[in-house]
Amino acid sequence: MSILLTNISKRFGQFSALHDINLEIPEGELVALLGPSGCGKTTLLRIIAGLEKADHGRVLLSGEDKTEQHVSHRGIGFVFQHYALFRHMTVFNNVAFGLRVKNRRQRPSEAQIASKVHALLELVQLDWLHDRYPDQLSGGQRQRIALARALAVEPSVLLLDEPFGALDASVRKDLRQWLRNLHHELNVTSIFVTHDQEEAMEVASQVVVLNHGRIEQQGSPSDIYDHPANEFVSGFIGQTNVFTLDAHDAEWLQTTGLQVTQQGAIAHVRPHDIEITKALDSSKATAVLKDWQHLGALIRIELIKNTDNDKKTTLFAEMPNEQFKRLQVNKGDPVDLNIRQAHWFH
Amino acid sequence: MTQKSHIMPGFRPAISFTLFYLCLVVLIPLSTLVFKSLQLSWADYINIISHKRVVASFQVSFVTALIAAVIASIFGFIIAWVLVRYPFPGKRLLDALIDLPFALPTAVAGIVLATIYQPSGLIGKLLMDYFGVQVAYQPLGIVVALIFISIPFVVRTVEPVLQEFDTKMEEAASSLGANRLQVFVKIIFPNIFPALLTGFALAFARGVGEYGSVIFIAGNLPYVSEIVPLLIVTKLEQYDYAGATVIALTMLMISFLLLLVINLLQRWVRKRSGQL
Repeated sequence: MSILLTNISKRFGQFSALHDINLEIPEGELVALLGPSGCGKTTLLRIIAGLEKADHGRVLLSGEDKTEQHVSHRGIGFVFQHYALFRHMTVFNNVAFGLRVKNRRQRPSEAQIASKVHALLELVQLDWLHDRYPDQLSGGQRQRIALARALAVEPSVLLLDEPFGALDASVRKDLRQWLRNLHHELNVTSIFVTHDQEEAMEVASQVVVLNHGRIEQQGSPSDIYDHPANEFVSGFIGQTNVFTLDAHDAEWLQTTGLQVTQQGAIAHVRPHDIEITKALDSSKATAVLKDWQHLGALIRIELIKNTDNDKKTTLFAEMPNEQFKRLQVNKGDPVDLNIRQAHWFH
Repeated sequence: MTQKSHIMPGFRPAISFTLFYLCLVVLIPLSTLVFKSLQLSWADYINIISHKRVVASFQVSFVTALIAAVIASIFGFIIAWVLVRYPFPGKRLLDALIDLPFALPTAVAGIVLATIYQPSGLIGKLLMDYFGVQVAYQPLGIVVALIFISIPFVVRTVEPVLQEFDTKMEEAASSLGANRLQVFVKIIFPNIFPALLTGFALAFARGVGEYGSVIFIAGNLPYVSEIVPLLIVTKLEQYDYAGATVIALTMLMISFLLLLVINLLQRWVRKRSGQL
């Protein structure tokens, strides 16, 4: 089901959480609402769900105006950050809940409910836990049960509020992969909220970047990474080195082979766009290698700019492990830099 | 000799103090009661306890306490719900008012209630004129006094549990298509029920033992509105110590049994809802 939001605004007292949000999400996408904490992403998700009312604007699901409809009639599935499982019910009864509260005419028989619940528990690979209580499960298991519970009513839209936020790193990694596969299988339009840009890039087919209650950019992960619309998006997605162009920086940047025309006042350079070579002439070297860290396949290198003034700022560069070994540089060595490209902003 | 050490320090002084306290305040007085009544023969015991007036007073005490505890549980739950869920002006004042029956001398409460509920009193007159119901000097009067006394017990046991209740569970239930009534019956109530049962037990226990407020409003008619504690006092005043202890002991055993049953019920509810 497609989602269309028009002119959504929301205030909490003096604080303006969302300004005039317009967003269209085509059917079958897996969308990430990405932004720093307090940017309004959870509020937006709750407005789509009907758990929160917008001050202005409309919410259309599949072209139908659902703005005034109560959450129980919207046909959405909602997954909470802290699971919100019914702690007085077994796992089985949790998943069966949505089917059992249907009115008599639509309610399936107990036998149908049982087979459906077991099928869903198979889907999340937790059928063996069906008679346990939520308090007896681990965080990752609880979140998968919460997802099964939301899927039981066959929602046309699946909304997930920081679904992996309360889980530890390794479980989170597994679940991300698993969620993407699940979405591939079910193909239900899904939106998840996250503050983790890595998670958004890895899981989503579309990313919507929010800041201060406004949409900064919407696009595919590669779009957003390669063509950030503004300074905020560039800084928020992945690591960047920021150069504010005064006379010194401009001069220094030119020595790295970067074209400094009047493209803008601020340059953002990705760490992997900095190429390092051993300095041929140490007196003319552009930087000094300060330190480096092993990140697995990549090495992160800390560099100090070699300039006459006092602005001895640190830069970060990244290169593959093997390539770094071939360089044969040590801490304190002078190096030459070659910056391949930068994103320019005013 | 090796000493078994506990992870939590202070086990010995704490348990010693607990046992000392229990002996001094609970066990010794209560066992005196048992020993005193052991001086009587079994036939005497049966004789005293099966006296019509005694049986009637037991009936009055336990039935009124039960009815009052049920009503106090319902009212108390609603009050706790209002205090936790809705912001409104004067909330703190209302919150403070709840505890008033704790602090007020119960005799004062009894006299005030008797005054306004008697047939010529403020509320009593209205009830008499429009519904033909007399409250004071009837078992109904006892129920009213006991509700007044026991509501704070329910409110103060339910309130913290309601406060900690995860409202996200309600939102989850709504998103799954449940209406307000289903959310309350299937999600909120089962989570609050164990606490409500505790409040009920406290209200009931308090009601059975209440003396001060009841005697002013009950009218104390033998066979109709005479409560057990009053009968005990009457016996004492007539220097019938044996009779008084026998009645007291019987009351103690019945109360203990009832509280035990409520406790077991609570355990069962908790177990069934995965909270144990």
